[in-house]
Amino acid sequence: MATKENAENNASKSNKEEAQKPRFSSLVIQEQGAKYKTLLTEKYKNRKIWEQPDVRKIKSLIPGTVIKVYVEEGQKVKEGDLMMILEAMKMKNKIYFPMDGTVKKIYVSEEEKVPKDHLMIELE
Amino acid sequence: MSLKRKILELQKKREKVLQGGGEKAIEKQVAMGKMTARERIITLLDENSFHEYDLFVEHEARDFGMATKVLHGDGVITGTGTIFGAPICIYAQDFTVAGGSLGLMHARKITKIMDHAMKMRVPIIGINDSGGARIQEGVNSLAGYGEIFYRNTTASGVIPQISVILGPCAGGAVYSPALTDFVFVVDKISKMFITGPEVIKTVLGEEISMEDLGGARVHSETTGNAHFYAESEIECFDQIKELITYIPWNNSKKAQPFEAKEPKIDRYKIDEIVPGNPKEPYDVRDVVRAITDDSDFLEIQELWASNMVIGFGRIDGQTVGFVCNQPLVLAGVLDVDSSCKAARFIRYCDSFNIPIITLVDLPGYLPGVDQEHAGVIRHGAKVLYAYSEATVPKITVILRKAYGGGYIAMNSRHLNADFVFAWPGAEIAVMGPEGAANIIFRKEIMAAEDPEKIRKQKVKEYKEKFANPYVAAAKGYVDSVIEPEETRKMLLHALEVSQNKVDRKPIKKHGIPPF
Repeated sequence: MATKENAENNASKSNKEEAQKPRFSSLVIQEQGAKYKTLLTEKYKNRKIWEQPDVRKIKSLIPGTVIKVYVEEGQKVKEGDLMMILEAMKMKNKIYFPMDGTVKKIYVSEEEKVPKDHLMIELE
Repeated sequence: MSLKRKILELQKKREKVLQGGGEKAIEKQVAMGKMTARERIITLLDENSFHEYDLFVEHEARDFGMATKVLHGDGVITGTGTIFGAPICIYAQDFTVAGGSLGLMHARKITKIMDHAMKMRVPIIGINDSGGARIQEGVNSLAGYGEIFYRNTTASGVIPQISVILGPCAGGAVYSPALTDFVFVVDKISKMFITGPEVIKTVLGEEISMEDLGGARVHSETTGNAHFYAESEIECFDQIKELITYIPWNNSKKAQPFEAKEPKIDRYKIDEIVPGNPKEPYDVRDVVRAITDDSDFLEIQELWASNMVIGFGRIDGQTVGFVCNQPLVLAGVLDVDSSCKAARFIRYCDSFNIPIITLVDLPGYLPGVDQEHAGVIRHGAKVLYAYSEATVPKITVILRKAYGGGYIAMNSRHLNADFVFAWPGAEIAVMGPEGAANIIFRKEIMAAEDPEKIRKQKVKEYKEKFANPYVAAAKGYVDSVIEPEETRKMLLHALEVSQNKVDRKPIKKHGIPPF
């Protein structure tokens, strides 16, 4: 565990002395609302900031191994065309194109292990 | 053979089994900084109170060379004893015997003592220290786990169930603790996960240590799977003993009463703890300690979702459960984790006849995409469900802010609270004055020459009119506006007159809570 996290938790312990010296932040929970002086949790600080997903960037939905890629860069594809086989959880999963387009770049090669949400193919 | 010789023979047999996995295995256990299973039980229970059963149980496995293997007690110790005189059923997995692995007879010993606890209506404590399923026994070990889970579920809300993780607890094994009421973990000793670091590495390529994946700290801070965190096994046993003093033996009883004691008011001055400015933080646990007997408070899940504080205290010698917003952390907001934490505890108190005292000071729900996408709607609903469903005495004290949906959720009159008190500094309103003024007077503020000046003026206006307890009191939503110093006296009285509370809900098999 990070020492930073331990420090934060010590701060939230009942010990009054410790409760008085922690680094307070301000938290606003309403538009133009009050600024509350308070401690932030590590979980809150580390929360994932949401981004609009780019549908043209096709990412892995599950971690696994790329067994076969059926397309080449520059190739025109249609929604529903077979893109690749991704072996994950002992299953050979067929991955299909979610939309029409042209393959701009292939970021993975066969036999490559990919984590979840890994950019595999970009369409244009 | 004379009886005397037979007795000698019994003594010899016993002695052999009591060695567990033998000297070498015990040495290994000690080297890992762990006590042996039998030592643990003896340390936890009242002196000389432990009585062991099924000492001579043997496994029936025949495959993979198991036929010739002798596993003393089949790797688990079961029996009965007392903690501060309270009867207890207990089992402890013995890691020195085949790694505490769970086979058919091992599981049978556990389910037998669980059934016993259910018949006798006494708490069951399970000490987990096991490498997992005994692979040589195949599907029989899976059957064993399933039979334990079934009993955990049946016993849930009938007898207190306590799980102590003092070693590895991996794979399916984790689900027994997860189904029980309280999970105790110890730093550097407890490890809990569904799939271990090895599997994660080979399947996903992610590298993580056992400690970072499922150590005591992780389950106390991040996952919320554990309820009590200790630095050592001795500290852990002390925590269990303390918990036992607060809870009843079963769901038809009340917790054992203690001698009533006044709070330590020289240390916890109730009218000096809460700052007048609603934006300033303070530790709500100080308010709890200013109320409870001898200022005692046993906090549960201290390190996880600390924006909500839950735990047990006593008022006039009787156990009460506290559910409090904590302005010190995240301004005391409701969010996914704090909702789950509060809701489960409310249901625990309701199951075991423990009155609930709710201390309110929250600005509302935590905004954020992560919160919305994590399902704050269904998780937040758990709090409403738990409070509405509970039939034990439910008493609310609004210390300061009670805004919007948060006000409703925190055991408001509208969810059928029995008593709602408010301190004079309470602000019960649909939202904070700043936000409310911005919405109500938006046009006026925007049209003004000096919008900031008008804004401030309108906020002040709103504050004066609505940021107080009297609007709610005028409707009877608040029963009484009380001085902070009167709080304990009022709670004491409210508990006293609630003793024969009857609140019958329609007959149903069970509801559909937003799990």
